[in-house]
Amino acid sequence: MAKFKKKKDGGLPPVNTAALPDIVFMLLFFFMVATVMRENTLKIANILPVANQVEKLDKKNPISYIYIGKPSDNYASKFGTEARIQLNDDFADVSEIVPFINQERAALREELIPFLTVSLKVDRKSNMGIVGDVKQELRKANALKINYTTGTGDVSANAEK
Amino acid sequence: MAKRAAPEVNAGSMADIAFLLLIFFLVTTTIPKDSGISRKLPPIDESETEPPIIRQKNIFTVSLNNRDQMLVEENLMEIEDLRAAAVEFLDNNGDGTCTFCKGKKDPDSSDNPDKAVISLKNERETSYATYISVQNELVAAYNELRNRRALEIGAQKGFPNMNFIEMQAKLSDVRWSGNRDKLKEVIEQIQLEIPQKLSEVQ
Repeated sequence: MAKFKKKKDGGLPPVNTAALPDIVFMLLFFFMVATVMRENTLKIANILPVANQVEKLDKKNPISYIYIGKPSDNYASKFGTEARIQLNDDFADVSEIVPFINQERAALREELIPFLTVSLKVDRKSNMGIVGDVKQELRKANALKINYTTGTGDVSANAEK
Repeated sequence: MAKRAAPEVNAGSMADIAFLLLIFFLVTTTIPKDSGISRKLPPIDESETEPPIIRQKNIFTVSLNNRDQMLVEENLMEIEDLRAAAVEFLDNNGDGTCTFCKGKKDPDSSDNPDKAVISLKNERETSYATYISVQNELVAAYNELRNRRALEIGAQKGFPNMNFIEMQAKLSDVRWSGNRDKLKEVIEQIQLEIPQKLSEVQ
């Protein structure tokens, strides 16, 4: 009978994990292709409102971002809880927008300058006051193409607090 | 000495390395979602020219107060009803010059889509989310009329069953193989017939 007792009883055979790297690489490539590097570290809360009549922002044209929102918890003690503007990586004052736009323009090729679009990423809980101030500054800087960047969805989602 | 086969490389930690890279990319990247409502700001006008006089019946006033309530033509209105009201105003065709309008021809509402202006006013305390909702509904009203018009003239010009949004998408799609110049002409015609005249009060 010993002849037939070669296998140890109990214990499952080990699962073959040879394909695991392939699967992980597949995921890796997906994320490398579908995502972009974070450009700015946000210091503010930035949950965008939603809209359904949206247009895609053309990637061929240069885009500058202006973020507006309440300082996030780490900065609340220093910067308060009123909505603030963030340009690049830091909080900014309304008066810094014109120099910011000029600086963005200086970094562009000349033929692209008229196509510069300013994307306003404004937290949905902000007030229109600060947005209006920013728009006025953009008019002063003659950066007239703007885009209220939003998520996509039905506007009824905006009503909830 | 017999030739020995090269020993197999241990690939057991390959998965770990791949995971490490994967997690790095998950953390440092974001999925871009850059879409939104595009607007053009009016340039600062320093000349002292008198603004053109617009008759009151051609202006559709929308104002938002600091408690996010909306007043449309002096009446309180919910955001859900704004789109239909704006379409009715734009499509009214009071003077009968608009050949494609299907409105009621009410003499107290707008003359034609070319003359109709929507004026949007907001307080400093109005919330941004409400403002975007209103902007969205007003753009939707214009798009509704433009889509309807596109279906009408698109059929004559050789772009059947294509609404305005699809036309614009096709025009910017590099893979689309069609008569680009002709499509651009149609889009420009519609934009001329139903211009987006949305003015914001400062």
